[in-house]
Amino acid sequence: MHTLSFRQLADGLRSKQFSSQDLTRHFLGRIAALDSKLNSFITVTPEIALEQAKAADARLAAGKATALTGIPIAQKDIFCTRGVRTSCGSRMLDKFIAPYDATVVTKLHAEAGSVMLGKCNMDEFAMGSSNETSWYGQVKNPWDPTRVPGGSSGGSVAAVAAGLAPAATATDTGGSIRQPAALTNLTGIKPTYGRVSRFGMIAFASSLDQGGVVAHSAEDSALVLQAMAGFDPRDSTSVDRPVDDYLAGLDRPLDGLRIGLPREYFAEGLAPAIRTCIDEAIRELQKLGARTVELSLPHAPLSVPTYYVVAPAEASSNLARFDGVRYGHRSEEARTLEELYKKSRGEGFGPEVQRRIMIGTYVLSHGYYDAYYLQAQKVRKLIYEDFRKAFEQCDVVLGPTTTDVAFELGSKSDDPVSMYLNDIYTIAANLAGIPAMSLPCGFVRGLPVGLQLMGNFFEEGRLLNVAHRYQQATDWHTRRPPDPS
Amino acid sequence: MSLTADQVRQVAHLARLELKPEQVEHYASQLSRILDMVSELSKVDTQGVDPMAHPLAMNQRLRPDAVTEPDLRAEYQAHSPAVQDGLFLVPKVIE
Repeated sequence: MHTLSFRQLADGLRSKQFSSQDLTRHFLGRIAALDSKLNSFITVTPEIALEQAKAADARLAAGKATALTGIPIAQKDIFCTRGVRTSCGSRMLDKFIAPYDATVVTKLHAEAGSVMLGKCNMDEFAMGSSNETSWYGQVKNPWDPTRVPGGSSGGSVAAVAAGLAPAATATDTGGSIRQPAALTNLTGIKPTYGRVSRFGMIAFASSLDQGGVVAHSAEDSALVLQAMAGFDPRDSTSVDRPVDDYLAGLDRPLDGLRIGLPREYFAEGLAPAIRTCIDEAIRELQKLGARTVELSLPHAPLSVPTYYVVAPAEASSNLARFDGVRYGHRSEEARTLEELYKKSRGEGFGPEVQRRIMIGTYVLSHGYYDAYYLQAQKVRKLIYEDFRKAFEQCDVVLGPTTTDVAFELGSKSDDPVSMYLNDIYTIAANLAGIPAMSLPCGFVRGLPVGLQLMGNFFEEGRLLNVAHRYQQATDWHTRRPPDPS
Repeated sequence: MSLTADQVRQVAHLARLELKPEQVEHYASQLSRILDMVSELSKVDTQGVDPMAHPLAMNQRLRPDAVTEPDLRAEYQAHSPAVQDGLFLVPKVIE
């Protein structure tokens, strides 16, 4: 049951091959048996899952089911879940029981009727590219347990890649959906900024954060995204615009599709073996009717430095709320109010979060604001303009998701700059606000390689369509790792 | 661009973070390397470019000034570190 697609799962539930309770027990059983080898979950919620499965079975019997009703899903532990610990991978929130549900949680479970299996591990406050900054320990890549699954949505991808959940929610501030999806042979999509509600999604960098999904195929991703997306009055940056029918557009032919190939994404730094896989994928898309357009995104190489001003600046403001007073970790040792703040934050945040808070505080501080923050916001505009011009020449932009395959655990964890360069191809889409996805396109030394597609604003449907047609013609996305032993 | 240990202590103070003394030098070298990487931005000609604060050129949406949320104070305070009579408790501020 854990290798079936969403469509097959929905068919199986309707034809009574299995009930949602059977399905849920099956996935809970796999989590119990296998997750000690991967550490992909922080909290498993079997009681909630079985209760939701029972309700889903009743809903299926009554003929009131949606495409997701009765299908289990895992939630990244950044989404607030009422009555369930929501840790964001941090000691700061180790005892935080969310008092409300994120809109994404309401939409997927209360409304669409999917079943919540539990909360997935992640880099602390979504800051990291390897899932090594989590307070709950590193997550192993199911393809090679000595390697990272990527981050920050490392638990989400490990769980889905290993068949512990059919799909999982994830979030992407600088690549946290696409980079881990690439490293674990999954399909992951970060929608346009404002497409998925951020209400109840713990904030990291508010002008960049966006929720999305990781799954095995574009079709599965389309089904989940369809249920997650939409206007939410509780998120002031949510966009009030109808959601396209992603499923209806999946099969559109690619004849005449113009694929932009930015030369900056194929320059020095890209491993030759990855390049070979990407070139092969381009040939496959050409066979499907697409044609390629060479173009330039001249400011894209400045994405990483721009991001490491903008994101820490926003993070330092967002994380000011963790003060040890109202919720979250509180130091036992403080004698004064200032000590309470400092000790609670010193104890509650790990080193990567502390680094980013300090960088953010520094670039926003008096005398440095113009040189760092304002300059970064101007370069961000230039990056945005590059994409605007690119989409006058092409329909989608294509490149690699990462420079190389998954790296070894511990190999970059004490070198922040080399860790940050992991996101060199993914960050630009967040800075511009456009949708982007990663999908499997081959293997190098037995490890998965991801192909990245970026689209114009609100063109999620187009990206999913291109990915789906590619997946109809190839079988990379169907490959799964052996169960961990 | 390199940060001194004193600058790191000052930034940590502004951010209300208590650092262990043995962490300060390590952070100083890591933060300096990050700022080195970021300093590439200073070479870019941005004359006449408007800073971009947000990906969507949208106006802040307003809503009617009406009460929409119920009083959930007790529920929200249920997992607060220290609460009494609906108030959050902190160490004594005024002697």
